[in-house]
Amino acid sequence: MSETQRVGEVIESSTTDFIAQCYELYELPPLGSLVKTGDSDGELYGIVYNATTSGVEPGRRPIARGKDEASETAIYQSNPQLLKLLRSEFEVAVVGHRREGKLCQYLPPKPARIHGFVYQCLPEEVREFSQSFDFLTILIDRQLSVPTGELIAASLRQMGKVRSDDDRGHFLVTAGKELAILLSHDFNQLKAILERIKR
Amino acid sequence: MTPTNNQRLGIVTGGSLTRGVEVRLDSSASVEDMVVGRYVTIYGRKQCFLGMITDISLGVVDPRLTITPPDISDSFVAEVLTGTSTYGTLQVTPYQVIGGQADAKTKGSQPVKTIPSHFSEVKLASQDEFEQVFGKEDEERFHIGNPLDMEIKLCLNMERFVERSSGIFGKSGTGKTFFTRQLLIGMLQKSKAVNLIFDMHSEYGWKGTDEGKQRFVKGLKQLFPSQVAVFALDEKSSLRKGLTPDFVVRIGYDEIEPAVMALLRQTLNLTEPAVNAVYELHRRFGKNWLKNTLALKGVDETKDLLGELSIHESTFQNLKRGLAKLSRLGFLQPQASGDTVGRILGYLEQGKNVVLEFGRYQDITSYMLVANLLSRRIYDRYQERVEVAMAEDSAKPTPLVISIEEAHKFLNPEVASQTIFGRIAREMRKYNVTLLVIDQRPSGIDDEVMSQLGSKIAFSLDNDRDIDSVLSGVSGKGELKTVLAKLASKQQALIFGYAVPMPVSFKPCDYGETYYRRFTPSKTDITKQAEQDIEELWG
Ligand SMILES: Nc1ncnc2c1ncn2[C@@H]1O[C@H](COP(=O)(O)OP(=O)(O)OP(=O)(O)O)[C@@H](O)[C@H]1O
Ligand SMILES: [Mg+2]
Repeated sequence: MSETQRVGEVIESSTTDFIAQCYELYELPPLGSLVKTGDSDGELYGIVYNATTSGVEPGRRPIARGKDEASETAIYQSNPQLLKLLRSEFEVAVVGHRREGKLCQYLPPKPARIHGFVYQCLPEEVREFSQSFDFLTILIDRQLSVPTGELIAASLRQMGKVRSDDDRGHFLVTAGKELAILLSHDFNQLKAILERIKR
Repeated sequence: MTPTNNQRLGIVTGGSLTRGVEVRLDSSASVEDMVVGRYVTIYGRKQCFLGMITDISLGVVDPRLTITPPDISDSFVAEVLTGTSTYGTLQVTPYQVIGGQADAKTKGSQPVKTIPSHFSEVKLASQDEFEQVFGKEDEERFHIGNPLDMEIKLCLNMERFVERSSGIFGKSGTGKTFFTRQLLIGMLQKSKAVNLIFDMHSEYGWKGTDEGKQRFVKGLKQLFPSQVAVFALDEKSSLRKGLTPDFVVRIGYDEIEPAVMALLRQTLNLTEPAVNAVYELHRRFGKNWLKNTLALKGVDETKDLLGELSIHESTFQNLKRGLAKLSRLGFLQPQASGDTVGRILGYLEQGKNVVLEFGRYQDITSYMLVANLLSRRIYDRYQERVEVAMAEDSAKPTPLVISIEEAHKFLNPEVASQTIFGRIAREMRKYNVTLLVIDQRPSGIDDEVMSQLGSKIAFSLDNDRDIDSVLSGVSGKGELKTVLAKLASKQQALIFGYAVPMPVSFKPCDYGETYYRRFTPSKTDITKQAEQDIEELWG
């Protein structure tokens, strides 16, 4: 696994979610992208559903500093300590795991470990993972801080990106059909998602 | 994109033995590719079923979808929704069970007694599955066409077909005559039966016309000269067509019996009393009644006779007019020479088919008169011979199929009981004679006669009463009605009944040059055969 794919480290964890902190400020994996954590013992897969950047010290809000600066970058240049006082975090919904080499799209027996490294999945891993759409059920069932429809659309767009043009169309239609079945009770939701993943 | 044979169409989601099963289409199969009348195989858990699509419908998962329809101009949305939120369903009637998966080696099929279980897979029937039910072309089975939208030969067991009377129905110009010609060839080739064809419009014997292509097509005699004899009522018309008939038919006045006159009542405009008068005159003059009645001239002699026979003057005038019409028919002669019935029977006995061409006598009077008169006497002879054969335990006469057109004129409820054809239909194959009736208006035919017809071939019919009468007494009538209603107006038909294991809608073979070649070995074959013969001869 190349180091460049490492995007952060787990700092909070539960069965359904984990929160990871980025090593570099603002170096966040995109919304809806597939990440993983864990070791050879078992890998957890999750989808990034929320990201935040805030002050390191709880309860202390950063203050505006740019009044006399020419540009935003200049603020950071004249206040190098900022990079230490601010941090970027992202929240991940756990949607599957790998056990004994087999990909399972349901919740793992144990949550992620704190300080576990978090990696952005490589394109071939994304393709492998998105051969099945069972993870959509998990996302639909969740009440997350972001609208589920938005998240599903974002993750499908991400998964579409790692495919060739021809393949992408087919992939999105198949995914759409899966959603049409899962959301048969909620046509408006379905329509909203389809609007967002259209070619 | 039409589905290929091994592509799954969908799965069974419900149904019953009486109504047939519902099949929900997969999203990959478009409703628009489905056709009623098409054959599908349903792979149940223990058995395979061959069934026919009898209806196609659309469904939505969420009724809200129909209230605020999605924007289907967006092809992506449309593609996603087909088969998921919106889907097609097929109504399929299973007819035959073909070898269960466990004992797939047992060929052949049985009628269904149950239905496939939930979620059984459905595919288009393959050639092999179809052949398990209908059989392949062989000594008894004749290729009559292709099931609609399938590149498979549909073969009909001709030996079974001739075992019972059958009917070919359809409105004008649908292809009844063209198909009948092929059936006759089939019987000639693949059954032991011989045919007697009353050829009203002279289309079967030597040649017929193809309205579509404005050309002539070959009749039976041209294709099978040694197996067909053409009899002519009007030899001039036959000669004009380039055919010297094998026999010219003449009917003597003395051959006309009162019973035939009763049949001709309507066409000759006779009153009820006039027909009764015929019986009186027959009682008086015997065989010569017609000749003598036509000869009656003087008022006085007539008066006495009429008084004696208590025939009313006006009745007699009515009868005279009718008989005058009759006597103008050229083939009727005071004294006929030649034994037509004997000659026909002679040919039939040799296994030859007889076509009687009516030439210019295309009126219904001539047709009913001649067809009835000859058939009655031939049937009587058959009856005699069958009875003798049974008594002596010897061979029965060759099975005979009599083909008649405009059947509703003979077999309408009013006259069906009086005509010989009504009797043949009712007595079934007791005396080795069956009927092939060809008609445009099946609703005009007596219900009882219709119910005696074993196999029926229905081309497009547009009158509801005709459709009902053709399908009366058939199980799954409602479903077949949709199939029948969807037939094209030419060269497409539905065959069902005794001779086929299940109904099939099919397209009869194209009748023309390529068709003839099936029966006439090509020149090169002949020369090859000759060369081979010579070789064998000289070693
Ligand atoms: N099997 C066929 N092969 C080729 N042409 C056909 C075939 N069937 C029908 N046709 C075309 O359709 C025309 C009408 O067919 P046909 O004469 O058999 O109709 P029909 O049903 O006998 O009509 P009618 O009731 O008026 O006698 C033919 O002249 C021919 O052009
Ligand atoms: Mg005709």
